Amino acid sequence: MKYLIPFCLIGLAVFSSEKLAAQNMANGKKIYELRCLVCHQADGGGVPNMNAPLDGASNVVGNDIARMVKIIRNGYNERVALDGFYYSNAMTANPDLKDADIADVLTYIRNSWSNKASKVTLAQVQKVKKK
Amino acid sequence: MKKIQNFLLLSILMMACTAKAQDNAGLRLPAGFSATLFANNIGSSRHIAITPSGVVFAKLNAPNKDGKSIIRLADANKDGVADQITGWGNYGGTGIYVRGNKLYASSDQGIFLYQLNDQDEVVNPNAPKVIVKDLIDRRQHSSKSITLDPQGNIYVNIGAYSNACQEKDRMPGSKGMMPCPILDSAGGIWKFDGQKENQVYGDGKRYATGLRNVIGLDWNNQTNSLFVTQHGRDQLNSFYPQYYSDNQNAELPAETMYEVKEGDDCGWPYVYYDPYQKKKILSPEYGGDGKKEGAPNALNPTVAFPAHMAPMSLLFYKGNQFPEKYQQGAFIAFHGSWNRAPLPQEGYFVAFVPFKNGKPSGDWEIFANGFAGTDIVTNPRLAKARPCGLAEGPDGSLYVCDDNKGAIFKISFNK
Repeated sequence: MKYLIPFCLIGLAVFSSEKLAAQNMANGKKIYELRCLVCHQADGGGVPNMNAPLDGASNVVGNDIARMVKIIRNGYNERVALDGFYYSNAMTANPDLKDADIADVLTYIRNSWSNKASKVTLAQVQKVKKK
Repeated sequence: MKKIQNFLLLSILMMACTAKAQDNAGLRLPAGFSATLFANNIGSSRHIAITPSGVVFAKLNAPNKDGKSIIRLADANKDGVADQITGWGNYGGTGIYVRGNKLYASSDQGIFLYQLNDQDEVVNPNAPKVIVKDLIDRRQHSSKSITLDPQGNIYVNIGAYSNACQEKDRMPGSKGMMPCPILDSAGGIWKFDGQKENQVYGDGKRYATGLRNVIGLDWNNQTNSLFVTQHGRDQLNSFYPQYYSDNQNAELPAETMYEVKEGDDCGWPYVYYDPYQKKKILSPEYGGDGKKEGAPNALNPTVAFPAHMAPMSLLFYKGNQFPEKYQQGAFIAFHGSWNRAPLPQEGYFVAFVPFKNGKPSGDWEIFANGFAGTDIVTNPRLAKARPCGLAEGPDGSLYVCDDNKGAIFKISFNK
């Protein structure tokens, strides 16, 4: 019996972190649909030559979380190749988006379509200084 | 038995041949028209031009896998499929135009002039004359389309590097700048001398203004005037959900065709054209609410098309191979939308507008469809081909190029 309690606690912890992750994904999806989908499209495929794809994009599933946080906060308007292609549209800034929402939408785009990458935490977003 | 076998074999062969002939390269066309796949996978082809001997030149958006950005295609055996494909050039761009033995091509910053020999081969592939240089290229709407008038003046679109001339581009709630400073150097059509070298802004003239981004333009010889097709603004619903629903955004504003004369103003960024109210509506960045009108002196469009379909090329048909209905009318290549999301995308086709005496004489209609290879396009990247450029061959056939993988379709009428 005394061994069972820690097992239950671990079980509970796993269960609640899964539930939390599902909440993060659901909130991320909601934000994606409201703010990102019109340009990056429902399947994350972007628009050739105009809006960069998120699905399968090396930068999106990569480890430079700070760069992604800055792009979401400040928008983006630079000529930089992504996986060999250039995209011409300017991205809208989202200065009003809360840190927790940025973490959730990043978690969502890093784990949707064919993407599989680590979840982004609130702490990781908070570490990135606002300009 | 042998006879039956032969008969069966012959039937299968015949069926295979008819299937190929009726396949029309996957396009759906009006009765009496047929199409061949003239070329494929030559690289993202923006605009095309054809010489009087039938040689096709395509301008690529970026150098292809062989490092070429202007492609020459010839069909020596006249079977509707290019059999000689060569190329040169190392810069991306959109515009290409041929007159006599002169071939013009544009990058996103300037216009170059090449000399052709009597075989329509380029004489100076690495040393073109620089006709215009230093045009604004700020990524957004940076492609430069070109056409010439009968006197040899060149007209070039300089797109606005902005969606609606807000203080902060595409930022919700950011106000429109008054007056819009972008219009001094972009957001219009500029006119230059077609021969003079090294021209910059100061040598040219702003011919027409208030045009957010024109990619299709053609000189109409009947009216002796310039016609252009504009890409309307994006994101009414994402920035102003209080005035526009997703469904309204998907239908607003109209993509527009204008006949422009020197000095004309088409209204961007202050107004957009609402095809339902048939009015120029004040942009919400300038205090509009979806109803208030604005810019009384701006032109009304010659034709209004559904929203966001992206007219990429305009061509007035000069030949007589096509039936009378099509003669002197306008073909418009639509690239297909992206800004209708979350609704399905539209407009991956070539449209036709009949003209009589220089004015539209009927509604626009779809002429050639099926480029996308799928009926419902949920994402532009799923479209197999996206119509972009148009040109007329010496026999009156219509050529359509695609800026996805670089297919060229040849459409003919078979009497």
